[in-house]
Amino acid sequence: MKTHNSEFWGGLLWIAFVALSVVSAAPAEEEAWLEDLGLETHGFLDVRGGRRVQSDPHERDTSLLESRLQLDVERMGDWATLQLRADLLYDDIVEDHDIDLEEGKGWLDLREANVLFTPLDFLDVKVGRQILTWGTGDLLFVNDLFPKDWQSFFAGRDVEYLKAPSDALFASVFSDYVNLDVAYIPCFDADRYISGERFSYWNPLLGRQAGRDAVAAVDVPDGWFRDDELAARASRNMAGYDVAVYAYVGRWKSPVGMDMATTNATFPELAVYGASIQGGLGQGVVSAEAGYYDSSDDRDGNLPTVPNSEVRLLVGYERELARNFTGGVQYYVELMQDHGTYLATLPEGFAARDEDRHVVTLRLTKLALNQDLTLSLFAYYSPSDKDAYLRPSAAYKVNDQWTVSAGGNVFVGDDPHTFFGQFEENTNIYGGVRYSF
Amino acid sequence: MKTMTAILTSAILLGVLGVRAQELTAEQVVLKANAAAYYAGKDGRADVKMTITDGKGGTREREFTILRMNAKGEDQNFYVYFKAPADVRKMAYLVWKHVGKDDDRWLWLPALNLKKRIAPGDKRTSFVGSDFLYEDVSGRGTEEDTHELVETTDTEYVLKSTPKDPDSVEFSHYTIRIDKTTFLPRKAEYFDKNGKLYRRVEALKTEVVDGHPTVIESVASDLVAGTKTVNTFTNVKYDLGLSERVFTERFLRRPPREVTR
Repeated sequence: MKTHNSEFWGGLLWIAFVALSVVSAAPAEEEAWLEDLGLETHGFLDVRGGRRVQSDPHERDTSLLESRLQLDVERMGDWATLQLRADLLYDDIVEDHDIDLEEGKGWLDLREANVLFTPLDFLDVKVGRQILTWGTGDLLFVNDLFPKDWQSFFAGRDVEYLKAPSDALFASVFSDYVNLDVAYIPCFDADRYISGERFSYWNPLLGRQAGRDAVAAVDVPDGWFRDDELAARASRNMAGYDVAVYAYVGRWKSPVGMDMATTNATFPELAVYGASIQGGLGQGVVSAEAGYYDSSDDRDGNLPTVPNSEVRLLVGYERELARNFTGGVQYYVELMQDHGTYLATLPEGFAARDEDRHVVTLRLTKLALNQDLTLSLFAYYSPSDKDAYLRPSAAYKVNDQWTVSAGGNVFVGDDPHTFFGQFEENTNIYGGVRYSF
Repeated sequence: MKTMTAILTSAILLGVLGVRAQELTAEQVVLKANAAAYYAGKDGRADVKMTITDGKGGTREREFTILRMNAKGEDQNFYVYFKAPADVRKMAYLVWKHVGKDDDRWLWLPALNLKKRIAPGDKRTSFVGSDFLYEDVSGRGTEEDTHELVETTDTEYVLKSTPKDPDSVEFSHYTIRIDKTTFLPRKAEYFDKNGKLYRRVEALKTEVVDGHPTVIESVASDLVAGTKTVNTFTNVKYDLGLSERVFTERFLRRPPREVTR
């Protein structure tokens, strides 16, 4: 314990020192020549650390220790906009520092590298690495099957890191009646899922929590144009309401399947069809979203190694409760199809999932001190899984450049195998400092 | 004939005098002031620099470009594109202002590539942490107060406005001095429930841009907290011929030239 503590503080001090040197040494002339090229450079330097509040036999006590320099360069030309946004990262938690742009590992995490152009008056096209988001949920996703980074989310990185980048062609067609967006991802982009490397998880094969001792062995589909994904949305505004229908053809985003021969985790094929509506109601904003998850490798539900099809529903309401104080609630449910077949074919000794997984969420956000201080709580609670995940946080803008923040990721659960309950020993607190330029 | 001419002349003279003598009513002044301050031209743009000074002398800066377009009736669309400080750079704020019902509002978060719908809020909330309120930026509904013309000077109308729903706002009343020729508000002073002056908004500089008298520098002061915010407006233009399409998701994803240039 003691050595870990001194390592943590020593490491944090060392990173902070290096990071500050980088910022103070950045020459002003460098920016000038970039501006001469019509390039604007912005970004931030972010140093943060976090630790578990209890010990986890499978992981280090330190849950987060990193410094990150984000550079954002943009060139707006007459015919196209070029965008490059990259993070230079020193991450103390992972042992492997080789660059893996898919998993966001190593000293470079490329967030965006794309070109946006308008070949026709009614058509916008963005090609390259980009962040993609749609749907109406607040930290819950039904029709947004673009990759998420759950490791960043649980570790206490800025919430923008929940969205992992996609390498995609994104085309939007606009008309007075309907707008159509199509994302083609030629090579499957998985979530940056919980693998045991940073956070311990329930390993169903071992029937216990596992972490660094049993990092999930996973087969990630990587065939270009063979393991591709297609996502589409048609949307329009009707009488003040944002209405959309969605379709997705690809794979489950986390390794929820299993190859019986190798016992490696897999990403079975998946298609999703859904719809959403969002707009003003009373003093707030109401959202509703639905999706049918067609697990096409197991339509009858009798393969224990492939998840069953599901219906997912979400309704939410957000409103201002007082000046500078807003509250939001959501109800979300996953309805497993063919639950009887699932139970009948589930291997002996495996923990069974309920037919329906219910989740309610609460968000409270308070702005204070001339809106320089943001206090926020986001809570997930599942009455069916009897588990919860709380995300309290505070951020204070010291001035126009510096922001300090702190928060926690608190997991509680009755059972060791439920969605949030499995992460109980990863409960952590974190703090960070960011300089924006 | 002479009599006829005399009658006509006196009628015209009387008529003219009648019009001159007949001062505008409070309601007419308010409507003209509202039109001059918030509805000039079919559309418009401005680069805005806000300097927020706290009670201890520290300052914060906000820079953004604002596009405005008059829509159906008194409805308007606003597009606010942030340029500074760095942590809000490239964020955009889209408002479809509706008179008589809640506005539709969205925030564009570029790092998440996310269009986030925002719940209609109390319009007397600080705009981006400054001493200006949302209502100062987009206008307060003229029907929300009863207006009384308390004084007419050579150059100004002085109005006292009292809210019809006193519980919905933090002031008991405000007085506003309106320029007689341009109808632009020169100074507004807000009084709390005890009748004490606590807030002031003033036009510091006015110019005629594209034929429209325009406030190009203004200040809002919180007399209790001791903070103030100075707004300066540059590159003001009217009647750009903005399309309604600019105020949609497409141009949140791809900010229009009118804000990036």
